Amino acid sequence: MLRPPLEKGGWVDLMIQIQQGLKPTRVETNHMAGAKEIRTKIASIKSTQKITKAMQMVAASKMRKAQDRMSSSRPYAEKMLQVISHLAHATPEYRHSFMAATRPHKTVGYIVVSSDRGLCGGLNSNLFRRLAAEVKAHQTAGVDVAFCAIGNKALGFFKRFGGQVLGQATHLGDQPHIEDLIGTVKVMLDAYESKQIDAIYVISNSFVNTMTQRPLIRQLVPISGEAQDPLPSHWDYIYEPDARTVLDALLTRYIESLVYQAVVENSACEQAARMVAMKSASDNAGNLIGELQLVYNKARQAAITQEISEIVSGAAAV
Amino acid sequence: MATTMRVDIVSAEGAIHSGPATMVYATAQMGEVGIAPRHTAFISRLKPGEVRVENEHGEQEHFYVSGGMLEVQPNVVTVLADTAIRARDLDEAAAMESKRRAEDTLAGQVAKFEYAKAQVELAEAIAQLRAIEKLRKMKGR
Repeated sequence: MLRPPLEKGGWVDLMIQIQQGLKPTRVETNHMAGAKEIRTKIASIKSTQKITKAMQMVAASKMRKAQDRMSSSRPYAEKMLQVISHLAHATPEYRHSFMAATRPHKTVGYIVVSSDRGLCGGLNSNLFRRLAAEVKAHQTAGVDVAFCAIGNKALGFFKRFGGQVLGQATHLGDQPHIEDLIGTVKVMLDAYESKQIDAIYVISNSFVNTMTQRPLIRQLVPISGEAQDPLPSHWDYIYEPDARTVLDALLTRYIESLVYQAVVENSACEQAARMVAMKSASDNAGNLIGELQLVYNKARQAAITQEISEIVSGAAAV
Repeated sequence: MATTMRVDIVSAEGAIHSGPATMVYATAQMGEVGIAPRHTAFISRLKPGEVRVENEHGEQEHFYVSGGMLEVQPNVVTVLADTAIRARDLDEAAAMESKRRAEDTLAGQVAKFEYAKAQVELAEAIAQLRAIEKLRKMKGR
């Protein structure tokens, strides 16, 4: 989370304070009025704690679902990669531009996958920091950079810091659909084919475990590695209509599925990060309540003592 | 027992079906095909339509796919199903939409990525998080 959300005051503000472990403003303690103020403060922290606890639990269950989605999207991409690498070797005379050798970089494209919402710890800032370092490296090398923003946070980031944004996809929700990504990916692929950009990378968080998410940059186009390795097979498919058409259709879908995987993985990361952030927010709120309760008890006692001594001294005067 | 082959129907969003079958029917690019076990290796684009899978008990399962790929190997049939309806002009429209929205939101923005500004703000955010982390640890002790 880079900045507090726009709405000032209210529980969002208080939640941020609590999430960051800040103490709410000091309260006067030597009057009953002060004690009352503390009591309302405690009540308000308690209700915030309820919200953070609920958010934590919601995030935990959403994380599990996102993880399932992550693993269920894998077979598709794996199968496709097999077929693509087979096709690439069956038709050596045809090289699709996505599989061509790396051309000298003049402009590179990044598909930046972020979350739509905040309150998930340092997830997005870590990602953007990694991206900024990468961009800096490109700029010093005289290479231009173009972006595609997936998720509200990435869009906000480019809104603040500029950058040539070719396409966007936001509000994907908890269950991202590949339909929502087709356009965004196509913008980048078109730019690649028309030689506006010379390589496409996707940057997103990779899910290491619940506590750890790491920003990861993967090269999408030109397809590198496995797809180019030779296969020890000597048979060929019967093609309908022909190898070229089949390969073209496969490659686009393959790249889309890679981006989709990144989006799904990032959403699992988001939920995990939110879960951890909300857990510590709830813990902080608990600590705060404890401290305030102590102060409140002291104030109450002081007020009672004062009242008694007033009565006693009043009685003595009579 | 009849010879069977494995049939996997997968989409980008998850597996749809997996299991043995004695026959698979699908709408390939040039018309409907029926695939029996030990069919020669075959690959085709699928038209939107039905994929029928017949198992060894003669029961048929029907799946609707909005396009995709059919890959056949002697003992395995894989359907790489699209979840969306794909057509050149539809894809084009989606791309234009994505572009237009990006232009709309970023209208009037400086096109150059301002590294220094981003660096400062990110460093601040990270430092804040670190500080919180430290505070928390101190409190925990």
